[in-house]
Amino acid sequence: MAELQTKSVVMDAAAIERALTRITHEILENNKGAQNIALAGIITRGDLLALELARRIEEAEGLRVPVGSLDISFYRDDVALHIAPEVHATNIPFSVDGRSIILVDDVLYTGRTIRAAMDAIMDYGRPAAIQLAVLVDRGHRELPIRADYVGKNVPSSSQEHVRLFLEPVDGRTSVEILQAAPGEHIGSAPLGATPPGAKGSEA
Amino acid sequence: MGALSTKHVIDIQDLSVEDINLILDTAVPFKEVNQRTIKKLPTLRGRTVVNLFLEPSTRTRTSFELAAKRLSADGINFSASTSATIKGESLVDTAQTLDAMDCDLVIIRHGYAGSPRILAQNMRAHIINGGDGKHQHPTQALLDLFTIRERFGRLAGLKVAVVGDIAHSRVFGSLGPALDMLGAQVTAIAPKTLLPACPELLGASVSTSLDEALETYDVVYMLRIQQERLERSPLPSLREYARLYGMNLERLARMKPEAILMHPGPVNRGVELTSDTIEMARNLLLYQVNAGVAVRMALMYLLLGGDQDGIAA
Repeated sequence: MAELQTKSVVMDAAAIERALTRITHEILENNKGAQNIALAGIITRGDLLALELARRIEEAEGLRVPVGSLDISFYRDDVALHIAPEVHATNIPFSVDGRSIILVDDVLYTGRTIRAAMDAIMDYGRPAAIQLAVLVDRGHRELPIRADYVGKNVPSSSQEHVRLFLEPVDGRTSVEILQAAPGEHIGSAPLGATPPGAKGSEA
Repeated sequence: MGALSTKHVIDIQDLSVEDINLILDTAVPFKEVNQRTIKKLPTLRGRTVVNLFLEPSTRTRTSFELAAKRLSADGINFSASTSATIKGESLVDTAQTLDAMDCDLVIIRHGYAGSPRILAQNMRAHIINGGDGKHQHPTQALLDLFTIRERFGRLAGLKVAVVGDIAHSRVFGSLGPALDMLGAQVTAIAPKTLLPACPELLGASVSTSLDEALETYDVVYMLRIQQERLERSPLPSLREYARLYGMNLERLARMKPEAILMHPGPVNRGVELTSDTIEMARNLLLYQVNAGVAVRMALMYLLLGGDQDGIAA
């Protein structure tokens, strides 16, 4: 995949910081503290955002909430069509039974990733509740799924990519709209290390 | 085509070095799945996997069966006694019958080398070789590579001794070339009667003595003496073989402290390994079996996932 052309930057680093701070407080308000919650970030990018939210929760409440990461490759509904070029290990180092699990992802698009993530979480046990936090909601849902915490609503065309870039993996922190090549798969970002031409994963 | 460069895994050399590394990397998350309470993924829902085992097998067949079940594929098992081959049906006819039933993947074990290739030429499904005659057993090699890599964190540069019936071993037929491809140094150790005519074709150097350089190996891999495949009595006696080429506590003590002892199973107690050695090495021998399920899940996932031109598409 060639380097895509950025059409516009919809969130800069400061805007992302502010959105994460607000989401942190909404999570705490909604769950009456951090006693019974755990974060599960969807690989890739969601896991990094989950760590960031956990850090802020600790700052606000002095409580370290459990954080896990989910790779949903094995739960996707399109395995028969194409598979993720790189599968990462899922790591849920806590019991989900009876806990409120907050799924964290970067961009909410069709909702299919979230459907897969909910199935993945259910295979670990029976959570008290599952909530969804996303940095960007770009619309175009194909399933009845809605986020509980949204950083920013970004109306987008289905001919565009909406990507989160994060300093540790991409060298810059921003949310950008990129023009897709005709016929290209629209979906969430591959990791920086993904080789050119590899099939991207779909949001 | 899936994520691998090949449609079938019949010969280990069907796989590129990148393919092998991809399979081993993909097996890591499947190992985590196998430790969960609910050991089940929906990944291959609706796909059909046939286990065509025309030769006896416990661990390979069970391992493939479990791998398919844990990926939610539908599995069908054939054994020599329950299939129509007993009525004299030819392999080509069996292949075409299974093909007409729209199977996605066939795992075949057969006493004759080359039978998986015959299936591949007569079916649309993916074929995995579960062991054919004295030829190849690629998934055993993959799980052995996985085990070694988990232990040492790498394969390149390791010194691996493979001891036993090199000439008749399909395990070595896959493992030898695979280790060579990944940069390990392989030494095949056997009495001359159990060495093939051209062992260098298998990517190995040769020795007739286990004691000679025992201290230098990182991995000592004992092959099973396959009494069902020995022809023209290459050994004066099993006792003599055990004395010269068997692993015992004394030899185990001479190995490097970090070195590991492996065996593909089933073990002939008192021949390749003494019973007390088995107890010492049990953890790793069982680890090999455990890794086998994860590695086979990875292989099925990579072959059947993204299979746009497959049967189901």
